[in-house]
Amino acid sequence: MPLLTGARQTFKRWATLLLFASALTPFAARSQKAPNIPFEKFTLPNGLEVILHVDRSVPIVAVNGWFKVGSGDEKPGRTGFAHLFEHIMFMGSQNVPVGKFDQWLEAAGANNNGSTTFDRTNYYETGPSNALPLMLWLDADRMGWLLPTMDLAKVDLQRDVVKNERRQNVENQPYGLVDEMILPVMFPPNHPYSWDVIGSMKDLTAATVDDVKEFFRKYYAPNNASITIAGDFNPDSAKTWVTRYFGKIPRNPDAPVRPVVPAPRLQKDTVMLMEDHVQLPRAYYIWHGVKALHADEPALDALAAVLAGGKSSRLYRTLVYDKQLAQDVGMSDEASKLDGIIRLRATAKPGVHPRELAAEFNAAIAKIASEGVTDRELTRVKNGTRATLLDELSSVLGKADRLSYYNYFAGTPEWIGQDIARYEKLTSADVQRVAKQYLLSQPKIILTVVPEGKKELALTAGGSN
Amino acid sequence: MRCTGGMFSAVFMAACTPMLALQAQTTNPFTAPPKLATARTLVLPTIVERTLPNGLRLVIVEQHELPMIDVALVVRNGSEAEPKGKNGLATLTAGLLTEGAGSRDALAIAEQIGYLAIRLDALSGFEQSTVRVHSSSATLDSAMALMTDLALRPTFPEQSFAQQKSARLTALLQEADRGPAMADRAFAALVFGENHPYGRSPGGTREDIETITREDVRTFWKTWYRPNNATLIMVGDLSVAEAVKRATAAFGAWQRAELPVLAKSTPVAAGSTTIYVVDKAKAPQSSFRLGGIGVARNTKDYFPLMVMNTTLGGSFTSRLNTNLRETKAYTYGASSGFTMRREPGAFTSRAEVVAAKTDSSLIEFMKELNSIREPLPAAELAKVKKYLQLGYAERFESTNDIAGEIAALIPVGIPLSALGGFNAGIGAVTASDVQRVAKQYVDPNKMVIVVAGDRASIEAALKATKIAPVQFVDSRGRRLPVP
Repeated sequence: MPLLTGARQTFKRWATLLLFASALTPFAARSQKAPNIPFEKFTLPNGLEVILHVDRSVPIVAVNGWFKVGSGDEKPGRTGFAHLFEHIMFMGSQNVPVGKFDQWLEAAGANNNGSTTFDRTNYYETGPSNALPLMLWLDADRMGWLLPTMDLAKVDLQRDVVKNERRQNVENQPYGLVDEMILPVMFPPNHPYSWDVIGSMKDLTAATVDDVKEFFRKYYAPNNASITIAGDFNPDSAKTWVTRYFGKIPRNPDAPVRPVVPAPRLQKDTVMLMEDHVQLPRAYYIWHGVKALHADEPALDALAAVLAGGKSSRLYRTLVYDKQLAQDVGMSDEASKLDGIIRLRATAKPGVHPRELAAEFNAAIAKIASEGVTDRELTRVKNGTRATLLDELSSVLGKADRLSYYNYFAGTPEWIGQDIARYEKLTSADVQRVAKQYLLSQPKIILTVVPEGKKELALTAGGSN
Repeated sequence: MRCTGGMFSAVFMAACTPMLALQAQTTNPFTAPPKLATARTLVLPTIVERTLPNGLRLVIVEQHELPMIDVALVVRNGSEAEPKGKNGLATLTAGLLTEGAGSRDALAIAEQIGYLAIRLDALSGFEQSTVRVHSSSATLDSAMALMTDLALRPTFPEQSFAQQKSARLTALLQEADRGPAMADRAFAALVFGENHPYGRSPGGTREDIETITREDVRTFWKTWYRPNNATLIMVGDLSVAEAVKRATAAFGAWQRAELPVLAKSTPVAAGSTTIYVVDKAKAPQSSFRLGGIGVARNTKDYFPLMVMNTTLGGSFTSRLNTNLRETKAYTYGASSGFTMRREPGAFTSRAEVVAAKTDSSLIEFMKELNSIREPLPAAELAKVKKYLQLGYAERFESTNDIAGEIAALIPVGIPLSALGGFNAGIGAVTASDVQRVAKQYVDPNKMVIVVAGDRASIEAALKATKIAPVQFVDSRGRRLPVP
């Protein structure tokens, strides 16, 4: 999980409703204190990893289950299936009739959701602490006994819901189809990241009940999952409930082993053009990055922050503020299990040709590659990283998700101190080196999204200006 | 696989024995949801109120769990106070506070915010403008110094003004990229009329933004950003005494002033239900907004409305979402809500639906908007009340959550003691209360129905529903000539 930028390829089960506009939109807590999330971890005989974090300050609790399966595990012709499956997990199980999963939780004052990425699928509930046994029982019933009541009606319904999610969050969004266009160029067809998490309409249409059964048996076993409970609870009671409800779920004796795939690299700069129903052209540079928790992840995060992370970044200053060539500029460093993607983009102001944006991209990258960054910039990145991380820890759900993340990616929930430490020791030379190594020395995708019929606004080359 | 005796030969039965053993393992022995203990009572934080001599109201909540503090300065005016022809002025003014203040320009402010790793911003809505900061105890001195500069010593630099104005015009241009944004703007204009503040977008319009001058911005700030028109909320790791001391040091010299009295606007009268189509060519989904004028936040019917709306479209299992998403799968989500402001705001039902089911979605919307006026079944009432009451604790998790709950009440003039009365208020709601407010505030015969979508593919189907006459409007809600 990159600390400075959120993952793009995450699809949630549903968009939470905003009922009453509040004068303050949420922003969360932080402190300068050394971060720490005390926890206890144990593993049930069937392989389920259980992580507990007690925080009794408010009478609420979060349960966050992670399955080590994502869109990267989908088979050919079934893109989008892991996320569709996530939706189907809410349609009831052996002892939970259709609709009751949500109704019972709401009647207990609780909310729930789930999300899917390339690498993992998570399911979570939050609510009053007395609802904890209900949350655990519901999660156990679907982890162990989803299939007895599985039928085509459930699959058909969520298939159409997911198609609408795709329309809403991808097709009907300006510039929304960019990822779908670049992923097959960055990764060969047999690479798990060569398609987007949401999948294609064609493949969503093709999914069957047998696919659900096969996927469930293969990936939805306790020995392919973890469950984290954070908040106001008695650990002894929680252990009793977890053991009681999850203990009888059989392990999968043939637990799936994720294939090791070589990290592909672009062989040459690749110029791409997309026409979209938009008013203004947008220029993108896209490179391969690094895997999650790779030694260069902090330096790449810092590079993204200094170049285009908010109003104090270099490209905001030149493109948006001084020269007013761009309406917005942004950069992300997304590090996943198998590989990473670095994206830099800016939207041109009316009348500005994207080549003017590209020229500023090139100049800003070259400057860091030759001179590094300032001490003040580095300090800002370190302070910001720490603060962003601490923000997450102001909610029990945030803490549960962070523990789950480290457990999966680092192999232990206890990694927050190390995570902070690797950012604290960043130097200007580190940032300078990764600018050279990943942005200058690697080929990239040069993509322009232009308003329909305005192909003359496309970039034709990137680095030569 | 199921092995159910009788049907199988002896040989097959033998083969089945291990399967039976496996089946025993793969049946959940816990067949019913567990009984839950009583919920732990939420103890709301103690709220202390003070007033400085210059009229600034202080609201202080001590919360020592973590070394952090949220501070919000809420000014009780926003875009509803804009002079005629200056739509967008309040948000532009708030946006410019972070673009130059004290001795710092825009980039220096951004740099300082980044260096301190605090959150500090300024924004404006219909009836409030807010400067808010989120800081650790360690950085609070610097954070509050910067916040005070923004609120009291903005400089509105010429370059930033030009840049922000241009950025706003570009953002307005980009609204045409998004059907949902077009639907929102048209809906507000049609429900209230463009002459009513709630009928306009706080983001403004192109022609108004173009006329706004730096002097307009300075005047708006000078007029409304006054201590006798503001509340300072401080939540977190500091004592009441320290909070008062800090507030006095930062804002004690801020000068009060006479506040102009705003003329009251009257919204347009609701007409009979009409479907207004905003063309968004080739859109794969249609953006629905259905509703009309609702209630002010100080309504006596607040709790019955809360229950009624939660039943209709305020949670995942609400009727609208259950019908349009979980039964028909026309959408990724359907919802409803009352925007309760100082004056009655909008009641809105909404969804983004697949274009091919635009007509069917309209039929289902109308079905639900009619049936919410029927008697409410006891089980549904119980579920909704428990959802609201038991879920209340989650709204007070962090200092920022608490500051947000308080800040929402300031511009609408609701006493803060209301926060402690929520569960009792919900508890008192009866099924007949819910039906009464549904009948009073949800009138399917007097609705504005906006559909922003691909006119070419949805027009005929919408007309064929015969639910209401169809008109064509632009995203300002203005009628288009018949082609």
